[in-house]
Amino acid sequence: MSSFVLQAAPQAETPEPDYLTEGRTVGSWLFTTDHKRVGILYMLTITLFFVIGGMAATLMRIELATPAGDLMSSPAYNKLFTIHGVIMVWFFLIPSIPNVLGNFLIPLMIGARDVAFPRLNIASWYIFVFGGTFALYAILSGGVDTGWTFYTPYSSTYANGHVIAMAVGILIGGFSSIATGLNFIVTIHKMRAPGMTWFRLPLFIWAMYTTSLILVLATPVLAITLILVCLERAFGVGIFDPTLGGDPLLFQHLFWFYSHPAVYIMILPGMGVVSELIACFARKRIFGYRFVAFASVAIAVFGFLVWGHHMFVSSQSVYAGMIFSILSFLVSIPSAIKVFNWTATLYKGSIRFDTPMMYALGFIGLFTVGGLTGLFLASLAMDVHLTDTYFIIAHFHYIMVGGMVMAYLGGLHFWWPKMSGRRYPEVLARLSALIIFLGFNLTFFPQFVLGVMGMPRRYHTYPEEFQLLNVLSSAGASILAVGYVLPLCYLLWSLRHGKRAEPNPWGATGLEWTMPSPPPRDNFASIPRVTEVPYAYNAQAAETEIRSEEAIHV
Amino acid sequence: MNVSLTGMWQLFPSASEWAPRMDILFMGLLGVSLLVAFAVAVCIVVFGIRYRRGSSANRTPGDGSTMPIEIVWTTVPLAIFVALFVWAAVLYFKMARPPGDSVEVHVVAKQWMWKIQHPGGRREINELHVPMGRPVVLVMISQDVIHSFYVPAFRVKQDVLPGRYTRQWFIPSRIGSYHLFCAEYCGTDHSRMIGTVTVMHPAEYARWQETGDVGTSMAAVGRGLFMSRGCSGCHSSRSAIAAPLLDGIYGKPVALSDGGTVIADEGYIRDSILLPNKHITAGYSPVMPTFQGQLGEEEITQLIAYIRSLTFKPETSP
Repeated sequence: MSSFVLQAAPQAETPEPDYLTEGRTVGSWLFTTDHKRVGILYMLTITLFFVIGGMAATLMRIELATPAGDLMSSPAYNKLFTIHGVIMVWFFLIPSIPNVLGNFLIPLMIGARDVAFPRLNIASWYIFVFGGTFALYAILSGGVDTGWTFYTPYSSTYANGHVIAMAVGILIGGFSSIATGLNFIVTIHKMRAPGMTWFRLPLFIWAMYTTSLILVLATPVLAITLILVCLERAFGVGIFDPTLGGDPLLFQHLFWFYSHPAVYIMILPGMGVVSELIACFARKRIFGYRFVAFASVAIAVFGFLVWGHHMFVSSQSVYAGMIFSILSFLVSIPSAIKVFNWTATLYKGSIRFDTPMMYALGFIGLFTVGGLTGLFLASLAMDVHLTDTYFIIAHFHYIMVGGMVMAYLGGLHFWWPKMSGRRYPEVLARLSALIIFLGFNLTFFPQFVLGVMGMPRRYHTYPEEFQLLNVLSSAGASILAVGYVLPLCYLLWSLRHGKRAEPNPWGATGLEWTMPSPPPRDNFASIPRVTEVPYAYNAQAAETEIRSEEAIHV
Repeated sequence: MNVSLTGMWQLFPSASEWAPRMDILFMGLLGVSLLVAFAVAVCIVVFGIRYRRGSSANRTPGDGSTMPIEIVWTTVPLAIFVALFVWAAVLYFKMARPPGDSVEVHVVAKQWMWKIQHPGGRREINELHVPMGRPVVLVMISQDVIHSFYVPAFRVKQDVLPGRYTRQWFIPSRIGSYHLFCAEYCGTDHSRMIGTVTVMHPAEYARWQETGDVGTSMAAVGRGLFMSRGCSGCHSSRSAIAAPLLDGIYGKPVALSDGGTVIADEGYIRDSILLPNKHITAGYSPVMPTFQGQLGEEEITQLIAYIRSLTFKPETSP
């Protein structure tokens, strides 16, 4: 033991401590104000929530392999889909890319030493953990069976279970979202390095900025809505329940006024990541940079005006339905523009198929399917048949899982060398990406067909003719589960055994790649001065480089 | 092969006049989607192969503005989307407007069953019998939480709300039995709140209405309630208390004491029974007691059926 200390002493002088090694105690992590460490804390927490939400999904898919309810009771099944929805939406997807990659990368990418309010940043993590604890308490003490949408008057009057505890958990978690969003907005406005103009920002920053705007503007509405549900449930104040003089549809308006923009909270960051990956691995400047940037802004703005498309069969006015329908078609235009621009970026590129690129291409494919099936649901008459069926389930999983989770994993692999200072095993990683892509499609594509056949969502038991497709879906889910466990294992493995990463293993542009991997505590020894456009890649130069390398080897 | 194909087709039964129109719309949407998805996929695959690292493809950057192509791939989808919107909106608009000569069936949803009342008095639970080729309109209300009346073979779905009547209509077009699902999550036995919709020949349907569990007509039951629950004590020309006469009121505008008017439809009459102070008829004082908690949704629909039946009988004295 003592000899180890003696040996370690001279070594400590040579490398400057990075953000991971500058304090090794638990306290140094729990009381950190370093945006990079806060990002890592969020990563650990949301991984835990992903596992919980994933286990709920696994149990549901096992149950749904047969038409009868033979594995569990209906109340148990109903609680499982509520757990799955609540945990995945509020405690995994919404914080996933913003709070993990956003926290880690925003200051690095814009040339700052930290976020604008470092203490608010760590406070937001504590608030998040506190809210998550409430949600876990609600689950462990008996659960909630309202579904993640908490429709009234079921949630406010009729449901058993710990609705209030769950709502309070989500409410508290919302404050963490607001704190993070505010922090990012101020950081991006005020802390850009000299020369880092708005149109020199990486598209990931544009995505994070627009996401933050939605977080700050929409989350308070969710808070109000949940408080109203709790008031009616606890004190019988008539707001939503018609027997108390309330209006049940008021809840849906309030809820979707938050939750539809929240859908964009769950996809815009993924789009930002994919823009980075496509540019880097195609060695091209992103095609139509300004279009992609402004598409994010357009999505954020229009996203606030389409909530009524969740209510086409609710008895909402026909004319209101028409307005919401046309606006929903319009909001799909900026998403389409992004897909076309990413595709065009590949043209005349020098394309490498490393793991992050595989995730990015998978994202484009799955997001396109998710987006196009959204057109079916924006179409008024078509939505009458398809809403509340498995078509909806398949549609939003293509966006949320096929889109956001693929982008999160792609981003995690891309920046993993920067975050951990280690390389992951490339072949295994590519294999996992492939398994996830195949498993995902096998899980969710049959659900589109189930929806067209008319199988309603949230069904514990179902008629026999739906079984074949449900079995396929459950089989796909087991493949998907393997695909998700693999990265968890090899990324952990790489922390100790992975090859040490160079500062810029992908040859990428961007300020984050100019510093050592992992970065030092204060990021930049001196604040850089930015003089060029983002994504200053050159496919021709990249090719020439390969040729000259080959020539040397020959 | 042929057998399996028809077998496949039976998984998507089509049994109302909405269904083929909806299916054409679906095919239109599917066509546009496949076209876009195929174009993107082909571009990604072709670019991915042609411009893979180390390939000898020409990478000389093009000159000229990217603006024209950006405009093209913004405006072309926009035009297609607006066309799709109009197509779907027109159909939706038709689906929201029941014709006047419909067979009217009353549906009360409750956790976890569908209770059906036919005007002639026949009642069903979790079953609905309808005649082929005639427009059927369902007038629906929930006794507790939100449910949704969904018949996939008809391609119709409408949420059923507490405290408010909603309607949906369809013309059944094929004899047979089809699934009825509750599509809005409503609690523990949501997935067992299912039933069967049976489409019958009109003649058979007429016979069916006369047989089995036939009670008195809804209006007649309502008339009984009108007297036994004391409505007739005031809403009568012989009453000492001034209450509006209800003869011929259904579907007509009613002047209110606050100067407004309201059409006396089901919703208005239901509100007047349960929340009598919500709309005070002009010239009357708010003296009516509430019947909240004393009448079930089915009884209310029977009362409404009775009040409706008074329309063309100006001199009825209950």
